Parts: sequence; C-alpha cells; structure tokens
Amino acid sequence: MTRLRGVLVALVLLVTAALLVPAQAPVRAQATKGKIKIATQSPLSGGQAVLGEGIKNGAQLAIEQLGGPIKRLGFDLELVPFDDQAKPDVGVANAKNLVTDPDILLVIGHLNSGVAIPSSEVYKDSMLAMISPANTNPKITDRKYKNVFRVVGRDDVQGVVGAEFAAKEMKVKTVYIIHDKTAYGQGVAEFFRDHAPKVGMRVVGFEGTEEQANFDPIITPILARRPDLVYFGGIYNQAGVFFKQARAKGLKARFLGPDGMDSSDLAKVAGQAIVGMHYTTVAGPVSVYPRAAKFAQDYKAKFGKDPEPFAAQAYDATAIGLKAIENAIKAAGGKKPTREQVTNEIHKIKGFRGLTDTFTFDAKGDPVPATYFVINIVSGDPAKWGQNKLVKTLRINPPGAGM
Amino acid sequence: MPVGGADRVEWDILLRILPTVVVDGFVLGFVYAMIALGYTMVYGVLQMINFAHSEIFVMGAFVGAETLLILQASGLLTVLHPLALLAVVLVLAMAGSGLLAVAVERVAYRPLRGAPRLIPLISAIGVSFFLQDAIRLFESLWRNAFFLTYPTIDLFDRRIPLVGEVEISVKSLLIIVASLLMLVVLTLFVNRTKLGMAIRAVAEDQPTAGLMGVNVGRIISLTFLIGGAMGGAAGALFGVQFGTINPYSGFIPGLKAFTAAVLGGIGNVPGAMVGGLVLGMLEAFAASYMSLLTGGAFGAEYKDIFAFSVLIVILMFRPQGLLGEVVREKL
Repeated sequence: MTRLRGVLVALVLLVTAALLVPAQAPVRAQATKGKIKIATQSPLSGGQAVLGEGIKNGAQLAIEQLGGPIKRLGFDLELVPFDDQAKPDVGVANAKNLVTDPDILLVIGHLNSGVAIPSSEVYKDSMLAMISPANTNPKITDRKYKNVFRVVGRDDVQGVVGAEFAAKEMKVKTVYIIHDKTAYGQGVAEFFRDHAPKVGMRVVGFEGTEEQANFDPIITPILARRPDLVYFGGIYNQAGVFFKQARAKGLKARFLGPDGMDSSDLAKVAGQAIVGMHYTTVAGPVSVYPRAAKFAQDYKAKFGKDPEPFAAQAYDATAIGLKAIENAIKAAGGKKPTREQVTNEIHKIKGFRGLTDTFTFDAKGDPVPATYFVINIVSGDPAKWGQNKLVKTLRINPPGAGM
Repeated sequence: MPVGGADRVEWDILLRILPTVVVDGFVLGFVYAMIALGYTMVYGVLQMINFAHSEIFVMGAFVGAETLLILQASGLLTVLHPLALLAVVLVLAMAGSGLLAVAVERVAYRPLRGAPRLIPLISAIGVSFFLQDAIRLFESLWRNAFFLTYPTIDLFDRRIPLVGEVEISVKSLLIIVASLLMLVVLTLFVNRTKLGMAIRAVAEDQPTAGLMGVNVGRIISLTFLIGGAMGGAAGALFGVQFGTINPYSGFIPGLKAFTAAVLGGIGNVPGAMVGGLVLGMLEAFAASYMSLLTGGAFGAEYKDIFAFSVLIVILMFRPQGLLGEVVREKL
C-alpha cells in the first residue's frame, strides 16, 4: 500500500514537471515584438505520410534558412505542423483550430486537393493566406478566393499533358482509366478521359474505386478489354497495390499516372510491376532544378533522407510567404501585420526566384506559367527512385490566365 | 456516365472473363470461410458474437508480414524454399492469433460470463477498437509505418494455366488448398475426437457438460484458440494474396465473414464454409460484371451492397441460415 502511494506521488510529480517545462519556454521570448507562426497542413500519418512529411520538412528548412529578415525585424518565427491525415474532415477541424490562433499568418498545404478545398473555405473567412505546394485540382484556384495560392500546375493541364503524351509518344490506341474517387484522382482522370478522343485514343473503360486490398474484380474486366494503356488517377499507396496485382494477374498494358505516383513508396509497394511506367507531374525530381542542389544537400544533412516530391515546392511556398510577411511588416511600419495584409503582399510578388521556378501569380492564384514533367520509372528498387528519367518538360499557362 | 465502347453489353467479354471471375470468387470465398469459422465456433459454444475476431484476423496478417519482413532483412527470404516459408508464416500467424484470441476471451469475456447478452457484445466492440490502435501503435514505434507491404515471393506469383486463357496463381491455389485442409481437419476434430465431443457438449448445455466432468473454462479457451488460429491463417493468406495490410484492414473482411457465418447458419461449421463461398462468389460476380452490364453506370465499388443485402434477405426469410438449425433460446 505504501509502495503504491509512493508510485502515485512520483507519478504526480512527473506529470507536474512535464506540465511546467513548456510553460517556461516562452519566458525567454519576452523581449521580441511578438510571435509569427507559419502552419503546415499535410498527412503526417497514414499511407501518404511520406509525402506529407516532406512538405513539413521543406517548410521547416525554409523557415530556418530564410527567416532571418523577419527575426531582424524583431519577431519570433515558429513552425506549427498539423496532421490532416489526408482526410477532409480532419483538415477542416485543424483549419478551424488554427484560424483561432492570431499568431498564424500563413498556411503551407495541403497535399490532397480533396482536403485543401474544404479547408480553404475556413481560411477564407479570416483571409488567412494558404499557399499550396502540391494541390493540382482546378477548383483550388477556380473559386477565385483571394487568399488561396499554389506553386504548381493544374490537373486540367496535367490530364491533357498525360493524354497527349500517351497518344503521341507512347503510341497508345486504347486506354482503360481507373481513379480513386477523390477530387484529385477523379479530376485528373476525367481531364485525361475528355482529351483522349481528341488525340485519337479510345477509352475502353472508366471506373472509380476506394478499394485498398483486393483489386481482382477490377482487373478482370481490364484483362478482357486488352487495352494498350492503363491510366490510374490517384495516389501511390493505392495505385501500387493495383499495379502489382494487375501484373501478377497477367495484365500486359503499359501504365501511366499523374503526380500522385511520385513517391519512392510506389516502388516499395509495387516493386518490379512499375518498371518502365510513366507518370506526369507538376513537381520534377529535385535534380532537374539547377537551383535546388544545395537544398537537396541541406535536406539530406538535416533529415537524413533525400527530399520527397513536393518538399522543394513546400520550401518555395514558404519562401514566398516569408517574403510577403516581411513586406507586410515593413508596410505596417514594423508592427505585426494582419492576415489580410499578408495575403495582399503575396499578390504583389512578381518574378520571385524560388528553387523550382520563378513565380508570378495570376489573379486566381495560379503560377504563370507552370511547368509539367513526364517521368519514366527505371527501377523497382525504392532506393533508386531518384534515378528516374525525365523524358519531357513543358511550360504551359493556366487556362484563362489573365496575365 | 457514358464511356466510349461500353454503351452496350458486350457478351463476348462477359463470357471470356467468366472462368477468371469464378476463380476469384473461390479465392475470396475461402478467405471469408476461414474467418467465418472463428465467428461460428465461438457462437456455437457461447452464443456470442466475437466482434474482435476481425482484429484477430489482422493480427495474423501482421504476424505474417513481420515474419516475412524480418526474414527478408536477415537475407533468409531467398534461402528458404517458398513452401517452407509459407509453413513458417502460417504456423506463427496461427499461434499469434490463437493466443491473442485466448487472451481476449480471458480479459474481456470471461469476467462477463452470466451477464446479459448485450454486455459481452459491447466489450467485444471495445476490444476490437483497442486492438486496432494497439497494432497501429506497436507498428508505428517498431517500423515507423503501420501500412505494411508483403515481400514478393516469385513462386507465389507464378501462374498455372488451367484451360484456354484461364490461369490461376500459385498463391490462389494455396489459399484454396490450405482452407480446404483446415476445414477437413476441423470437422474431423469436432466430430471424431474426445475434445471435439467436449466442445459439442459445452455448446449443447454448459452446466450439464460441467457436471459430466468437462472443464468448461478450458474448453471455451480451446474454442477461442482454434477459431483464432483459423482467423490468423486467413489473415496471413490474405496478406500473401493481396500484398498489403494495415491495422484497419480487418473491418470489411470481418464484417463479410460474419455475414457469411450468418448466411450459412451461425454455429454451424460446414455452414460457415458454404456461406463464405456463396458470398465470395456473389461479390466477385457483382464486382466484375456490374460495370459491364450497366454500361459503366454502376462500378465495382457497389459490390459491398450485395453482401449486406444478402444478409438482410437471409435474416428476413431464413433467420437460421442456409444450413443452420433453429437454436433454442438458452437461459
């Protein structure tokens, strides 16, 4: 009995100590003009965590390396990462949470368009600027919210790029299209489908699925149709399983997908099944950006692994946001700017030299122009993901860009 | 949504895929049947539905994945013969899941014996959630990832030509053989051995069986051990077949297997098998043919509706299931 009481007392002391530690931290920070926080929202758990973590790390590196000017203006700079779990409901709940923190002046995210669209409705109400490093669904910017930006291209272009490449370079005649029923996957698949007949391809099937494990019933009809190509509008964690099972079942068609395929985890899941397949992407491998070499080194030194896709884009998105915050502080006479002031400053940024591109936004928040890549997967070994070959680069303006 | 080329029903394609669909249906059906055996055995003995059974199934899948991944990391994956590998995986998965099932019974059900029927049901659902997150926590700490991928073993992916274009993969064949074997062994065990007789006696009437010198507690543990081991084997085979697993992947197969058990007549061993096969076949046909027959209007994603519609219809017209008998209410 006495021993139990001892354990209890020790426990209470431990908990109290744990509660006191973070409480002491802000005491040091009293001398500054206040705190400015930058939030990231991306999946940090679940099947897409690899990409989501890359976004968080990219933003963190940017804040550490480029936060100097803001700190010299007398502000503390802090990253607050949120885990949206790639789920719209979690993203919205996080968004409601983070808009109540007046120190947060910028959101970098999300990975998934399906999460970004509802979450940005929440940001809009308080004019909190969101710069997306990865969202490609047209709706992101087509709603013309003043506070929503992205540094990558759009699916209505990406789907078209994929269809053009399939017809002209891969010489595909018939295509079977699968998608994951999300705003992103279905969106890009529909743009691919709509463009296919214009370049002489016949769509022999179009089907959405949320299945994660057993693709047999989907593969069998594909086998029977004998298409030249299977296009998968979706993300690597689901697509990898599908590709692997399709090959195991004897499907000979070639594979093509959008930028959701771009993760070394695709090779981890699918192995040999994906060797030789292509994907289109709005984020090229870090090696194609001459200005990103140092970023790749720093990233590896800090996080112990190569940057995943969208990490460099997250770095750029954060860099743009930091510049805008700095300008907004100056415009506000050295005081902490409002969210709306930060949003306005992002619109004013022209020709910003980032790692992956030189950025100017159109009125909707799309980059003008955006770059699209076609990549060829050379190995089923996840460690060799970085050696994938770039086979085509295109610079295309967003549809209806008023620049 | 109209799709080029699919605006009419293509009978030649329907016929061409028929044999493949039948094979898929069998494979799925046997997986469901194996999981259903666990539900049925526990129900037969305790008149209780063990809703934590889907997590016991997932446990088997994770033990199987871990075994293969650890063997792969130590370089033994290519040294051992694939069939020896399979045997190791199955034995460990069955042991892991069997023991987990026994532990669940001890902790969550035994203290509630004699409580109203609804109470252990709720406790089962609680255990189910607890186990999902426990597996997730463990894998996150151990591998920093809770979505596991089975290593590829070439022999299992090899395809054996049956007739014409129809092929069956080695792993599909293994599932069918393994589950048939288990079913036969289980049926013989329940009907021909002394322990089997004890299980039947407990199922018939617990207090009387106890008076006749049967150790009721031990027999119930044994039932959980056997049912859990079956679920574990099914989990490992599911992983080998479909290649990927996460802590929540037991939910839908578990629900389907429960449906299969009810369909066949819960508490009835051959019934679970029949129920599983009917359900697997139905799902394979629905999923593969639905989009072809409706010109793409309904896709494979509606396949789950069929399983549960069947459950409702069965409960309405034949509540005791296809092979079940009317179980009298026990007091």
